Amino acid sequence: MSKPQLVMDAGAIGRALTRMAGQIAQCNGPQAEVVLVGVQTGGVTLATHLAAQLKRLWGHDVPVGELDISMHRDDLGHQLAPKVHPTSIPFDVAGKTVVLTDDVLYSGRTTRAALDALNDLGRPKRIQLAVLIDRGHRELPIAADFVGKKVATAPDDQVEVQLAEGRRNWRVLLEKPRRNSHRTR
Amino acid sequence: MSWTRKDLLDLQSLTAEEIQTVLETARAFKAVGERVIKKVPALHGKTVVNLFVEPSTRTRTSFQLAAQRLSADIINFTAEASSLKKGETLKDTARNLEALNADFIVIRHSAAGAPHFLARVLQAHVVNAGDGAHEHPTQGLLDLFTMLEKKGRLAGLQVTILGDILYSRVARSNIWGLQKLGAQVTLCGPPTLVPRSFAELGCRVTHVLEEAIEAADVINLLRIQHERQRKSMFPSLGEYTSLFGINRQRLAAAKPDVLIMHPGPINRGVEVDSEVADGEQSVILEQVTNGLAIRMAALFLLNGGKAPQPAPAG
Repeated sequence: MSKPQLVMDAGAIGRALTRMAGQIAQCNGPQAEVVLVGVQTGGVTLATHLAAQLKRLWGHDVPVGELDISMHRDDLGHQLAPKVHPTSIPFDVAGKTVVLTDDVLYSGRTTRAALDALNDLGRPKRIQLAVLIDRGHRELPIAADFVGKKVATAPDDQVEVQLAEGRRNWRVLLEKPRRNSHRTR
Repeated sequence: MSWTRKDLLDLQSLTAEEIQTVLETARAFKAVGERVIKKVPALHGKTVVNLFVEPSTRTRTSFQLAAQRLSADIINFTAEASSLKKGETLKDTARNLEALNADFIVIRHSAAGAPHFLARVLQAHVVNAGDGAHEHPTQGLLDLFTMLEKKGRLAGLQVTILGDILYSRVARSNIWGLQKLGAQVTLCGPPTLVPRSFAELGCRVTHVLEEAIEAADVINLLRIQHERQRKSMFPSLGEYTSLFGINRQRLAAAKPDVLIMHPGPINRGVEVDSEVADGEQSVILEQVTNGLAIRMAALFLLNGGKAPQPAPAG
């Protein structure tokens, strides 16, 4: 991999989160029973940050759940079994507006698995999708409702979202595979 | 740490990390069993064959439900109703099952090593559901899972296995798994059923019940297997009970929070009396619940694994 390129710094991520929370609030209104469900693992941190922003706008807590999709993936058996993380949704999703969150939207297969996994837990009134980065290359008819930033990528690029504790360390990096300029063959 | 193995044949050849991977994965599958919809599509379209050449009800039904909760199709194949009775060899039976495109074969067999043999000749994933007196890896794993869940750790835990050790595949799988994860194992029972040679595996061996239970965090009681015993191993069931049966008086000498475990089926009034088996310290029914989670986790992990079993050391 070549030197990673900075796609978003902490300031840009902060502004994107504020804008996304504003859009979620505008789209749903204070009366809608909105809950956030983050896809393990990157989506969970994003859901927590969005919940904090929504609390500022609405003046009440917005419940956050964690959803693991590894048992619903469509590539099981084609590769080593993925690490399974806990699913923890301490509220009933039935009848709620679920904002599904993930850090990066790529093929759409994770989102498809998440929709199935969520469906097994109850029947939400509606499901919306919020992602920090939309990097394109969809393989399924899936689109996000709320997007932090659209980034043009090549399929073998790697996008790394760092939303760890401490806002100063937030960033999004794009790594391109190193092209060997003098290939032997 | 990823799971790479094609088969689950024993705990002896697994690493501590591999055992921990199964235990962690099982935690997520236990949560699935607590939901309204207890089914996930992980093995959708796969076929699991329960090949039980030796009778079993609870292990077979546990594997069956595990496979069904993973959305696999399952065929039950028992010795009584099979062509094994007509003289077909195990290899031919298994090849026929594979010709049906079975993806997993769960085998119980009275001959130690039968699952290892199948794993070598078949493309399908093979799970050992008990082979002779050798191993019963999913039982060992569910015992470890239960201890970890209840005690919060395995390292440094004092575990006593009491009863018929000599004939017990459950004991062997427990010994390997517990030692790999840092627990101390004490074996206890009559000398004929608990030979001193087990000390070579790194276990403490005692034939005095009081010594075995006083410091124990866990007492794993094994069933006295009448059907496997040769008559001369101990004089009578009554004598066994009078020396090694667990009742409330005897348990008073143990730690107040000692866990009582049993792989089932229980001989009530032989290795344990009802007051203890149904008492507060008993986690016998939770073992059954956890067994389902372990078997779901095992099938889930094996589904992605390709690596064959390493040759046994030595």
